[in-house]
Amino acid sequence: MLLQQIINGFMIGCVYALTAMGGTLIYGILRILDIANAAAYVVGAYLGWVIYATTGNLAVAFFLSMALTGAIGVLIQKFIYTPILNKPNIIPIVPLITSVGIFIFTGDFIRLLVGPEIKDFGVILPFSVIKLGRIVINPEWILIIIMTAILLSLLWFVLNKTKLGLAWRATAGDSEIAETMGVNIQKVMALSYIMGYGFASAAGMMIGVLYSSIYPTMGDIPSYKMLAIIVLGGLGNPIGTIAAGLVIGLSETLISAYVGSVIPRDAIAFLVLITILLVKPTGLISRKNSI
Amino acid sequence: MYAIVVATNIGIFVLLALSLNIIAGYAGQSSIGHAAFFGIGAYTSAVLTSTLGVNFWLSLPIAFVVTGLIGALLGLASMRVKEDFLAITTIGINFVVVAIFQYAPIFGASLGMSVSKPSLFGVKMDNLMFLILVGALIAAMVIFMRIIEKSWFGLALASIRNDEAAASSLGVNIVKFKVLAFAVGTAVAGLAGGVYAHYMTFIYSSDFAFLVSISILSMVVIGGIGTIRGPIVGAIILGIAPELFRFISDYRMIVYGGLLVLMMLFQPQGIVGNGSFLVNKFEALFGKGRKKSVVS
Repeated sequence: MLLQQIINGFMIGCVYALTAMGGTLIYGILRILDIANAAAYVVGAYLGWVIYATTGNLAVAFFLSMALTGAIGVLIQKFIYTPILNKPNIIPIVPLITSVGIFIFTGDFIRLLVGPEIKDFGVILPFSVIKLGRIVINPEWILIIIMTAILLSLLWFVLNKTKLGLAWRATAGDSEIAETMGVNIQKVMALSYIMGYGFASAAGMMIGVLYSSIYPTMGDIPSYKMLAIIVLGGLGNPIGTIAAGLVIGLSETLISAYVGSVIPRDAIAFLVLITILLVKPTGLISRKNSI
Repeated sequence: MYAIVVATNIGIFVLLALSLNIIAGYAGQSSIGHAAFFGIGAYTSAVLTSTLGVNFWLSLPIAFVVTGLIGALLGLASMRVKEDFLAITTIGINFVVVAIFQYAPIFGASLGMSVSKPSLFGVKMDNLMFLILVGALIAAMVIFMRIIEKSWFGLALASIRNDEAAASSLGVNIVKFKVLAFAVGTAVAGLAGGVYAHYMTFIYSSDFAFLVSISILSMVVIGGIGTIRGPIVGAIILGIAPELFRFISDYRMIVYGGLLVLMMLFQPQGIVGNGSFLVNKFEALFGKGRKKSVVS
């Protein structure tokens, strides 16, 4: 059953990578740890659920929810983060606490709006269970793999083949030099938030579909696990984030399957993180040009 | 009396906020896992008194020393990582420590631990005596922090916070002072934990979860990081807030979240931090006689 466990871990790793990608894209430009990404994860799941209930089309639900959540992200960046980051002598803990505030606010807003109970997010998928010998692949997993592949290709395309993507990479490398070269930093920040919150929203919907349930506190565990993955991936490095998401997904699944429940599943991510950071303090794949 | 219970609880969090301020405010190290050390102190003293039958008054200094040693060790290990990496590593430490409390049989595992109330001079300690104990500890801590601010240790920490490379080039032993700050800050949190365990008479792993760390940090920042008055004011405000908002209890979290954002947006230096609206007004009213504290 090792292969089955590896497939399970890979699947969860894909969702983790997408959840954390938002945080990575934002850290890459603004250098803040945005816990509020987990709020986008919850908002996205609920928006997707509402849109799917109205239109009955999963693709529409996915992309419309991503677009709407991304738009909310730009508003948050414009009206909350940018004014805070523009203040002189800001200590790094300030944006972190801001994001915690946004996260608490959003989760509770949804609870008051929709109610605290678990909502059913069951969907009808065009593919059925695949069985290869003793290995089972559920239709939801196929959806997750396809969506992850589409979104990561999209990300790769935007970052590497468009002018805005070039501006993003330049700003991530050195924002001051990029700005003197005429890069519009505000635009790059907006791109980070559209893509970052959009990705988080997609991840929220995937988890909603995978467990066919959504609830207001569903972002609590991703909020901190995401941080472990971002840091493990080298802080602000998209490729590192994918690798870290897979590493965490696989180690969680394998450790809880073979070592048993000596430690709770959600602490494994941090155990892996601390172990790797002590050996390699800059994460799995460190940023280029960083000291 | 209910007010005494609330006041003692707030007092314990004042101690925690002050102790975190040594690490996050004086030394400028983003530590977001402070509840872990609160927990280590609580469980250490609980195991000492309940399982080993040690006297409560002896268990407190032991909890202080043990937590400080663990804090120094973890601080030393964390020196390999910097800034945001450090912040996340400390979150990780919090999760791993809580996981140990939840799974190790010696700590009562998922059942938690019950502790009996200690006695002083043969009298069982009531809530009022705990309030006096906490008040005395806070007073001692404030005096201690004033001494730190004026000492070579405080100046070294300030220099590290302002410019680590410059401090190092002037011969300040960065690692030594950072680890010392970690040791002192976590030791006091451990002491607060010991008091908390015997005051509550029951402790459970989730009492020391990541969310608790976040609220301790919020107290420090909302009050005014790097000052002595800041963490005290912050802990009192965030401690009283749930009582004040009781009439809108369903909206408590949304109000809390919203206030955090508004605070950071309009008063990121804290309510009574240096350069905040209130302090500026105060200094304008009463002249500039007040000396600026070491932390500016």
